[in-house]
Amino acid sequence: MTGSATDGEAPAVDAVSCSGLRYSFGETRAVDGLDLTVRDGECFGLLGPNGAGKTTAIRCMTTLLPVPASLVHVFGHDAAREPMAVRRLLGYVPQQLSADAGLTGRENVALFARVFDVPRRERARRVGQALAAVGLTAAADRLAQTYSGGMVRRLELAQALVSAPRLLILDEPTIGLDPIARTNVWEHINAVRAATGMTVLVTTHYMDEADQYCDRVALMHRGRVRALGTPAELRRGLKDRLGTDGPLPTLEDVFRDVAGSGLDDQSGDFRNVRSTRRTASRVG
Amino acid sequence: MSEAPAAPHPASADATPQPDLGLLLAPPRARTGWRVLPARVAAMCAVELQKLRHDRTELYTRAVQPALWLLIFGETFTRIKAIPTGGIPYLDYLAPGIIAQSAMFIAIFYGIMIIWERDAGILTKLLVTPTPRAALITGKAFASGVKALIQALVVVVIAALLGVAMTWNPLRLLGVAVAVVLGSAFFSCLSMTIAGIVLTRDRLMGIGQAITMPLFFGSNALYPVAVMPGWLQGVSNVNPLSYQVDALRGLLLGTPSHLPLDFGVLAAAAAVGVTSASSLLGRLAR
Repeated sequence: MTGSATDGEAPAVDAVSCSGLRYSFGETRAVDGLDLTVRDGECFGLLGPNGAGKTTAIRCMTTLLPVPASLVHVFGHDAAREPMAVRRLLGYVPQQLSADAGLTGRENVALFARVFDVPRRERARRVGQALAAVGLTAAADRLAQTYSGGMVRRLELAQALVSAPRLLILDEPTIGLDPIARTNVWEHINAVRAATGMTVLVTTHYMDEADQYCDRVALMHRGRVRALGTPAELRRGLKDRLGTDGPLPTLEDVFRDVAGSGLDDQSGDFRNVRSTRRTASRVG
Repeated sequence: MSEAPAAPHPASADATPQPDLGLLLAPPRARTGWRVLPARVAAMCAVELQKLRHDRTELYTRAVQPALWLLIFGETFTRIKAIPTGGIPYLDYLAPGIIAQSAMFIAIFYGIMIIWERDAGILTKLLVTPTPRAALITGKAFASGVKALIQALVVVVIAALLGVAMTWNPLRLLGVAVAVVLGSAFFSCLSMTIAGIVLTRDRLMGIGQAITMPLFFGSNALYPVAVMPGWLQGVSNVNPLSYQVDALRGLLLGTPSHLPLDFGVLAAAAAVGVTSASSLLGRLAR
């Protein structure tokens, strides 16, 4: 735990804390000694090339993958020992378009209200508020299969928000969306974050998004964090290191610097790439 | 749930810069203990009913096969009188077997559905909710039971139209419903267990088709166990479908049956199915 504490105050508990996290799929080590802290209330970007280990790390944090005790904590709860307590604090939007196309928007959100034990007397109002928070009230009673890609992403956001999570985890939430829809999704994330104070952990390949919306970012490569800081710090750090004049490098320059060459050999497995393409195709 | 009232002014709600998020600031109070399981089962069943309400195509298309079994196979073998049925018309004898078959055919493809849900991210998202894996599987199992129950109702109506003399005693019909749900729970869990082993839809399609027919023909759905060769009688004795058919026949037609044994076997099979499918669910999530 690395939460900052001031005299006389209880130490702040970090939203996520990973220490020495390792995870392998057979011979392939997807996460290799990950040390990471996400502070309460921040928007944290986890960046890196395909196959860097971002999604595996997130799956460990969300209890989807089994990890040894004491390696992953979410708001102080051990992901291995207290998975149910961890899940109660999470809202999760996976990389795929995961809304059920055969249900309406309202029914999709209501399912998550039910599995998070929202009592019947407040379920309809809470579902309505979650839909309103992402601007889907007018489309709430349409089948999700009629939604555009951006609307599906916002619907998934509503599903995640209905349980009032303290930590919202978004795995490439804007993949395949056009620039307007991307901006729209981020505006809703930021509005809800401003209203609720929730922590956001996001993975993305769009460096401009990370630069604009994340308080801090970590650049992962080959299962480890290779650079960590605010986007401005990372850009300034690269400029200082290169000793060049002119404008600050972009976050994409930092990304290239960290990931280096040979990305093609590490660009995720077949299933990962197929899933990404399918998602991009569905939203497009 | 789907009839939940919309916000007071839907048209203007989207334009409102800061909608009321009051309820989204505090998490709901967690259910604990025994209350979790029925709540999750109810949630999964509700989803199944909502989907059926939006799209009834599957209901209609799945009614074709049992109708053909009853119309062609049933009517023909009623005339041939080749199968000893204990004095009742063969069509009557066949009807409970076709109800069980229809329910099994629906349930046996739940494994494919769960793999599809895995690939679509739906399962992943559900696994990150405070839902124990056993509760998730039980919910899916009972959801398949609800779907099978509606299918069974369609077959009962077809059978009644064809003149099958069935009971309309509500208690017996309730027993029929329980037998259909328990049988479907077992077969859907069997399918989800295989899904947890083979992990891909293509493999499961092949295995699903390979086991469905032996389960059907290795049961008393079409003919009595007594006319089977010895080895097939052995298969029938360990085949839960035989116990389901026996219960359905006893309840619907009043033929001699072993209801306590039938329901005991079906309940035990469903429990074993839930346990095995739950233990393999983690493999699907990886």
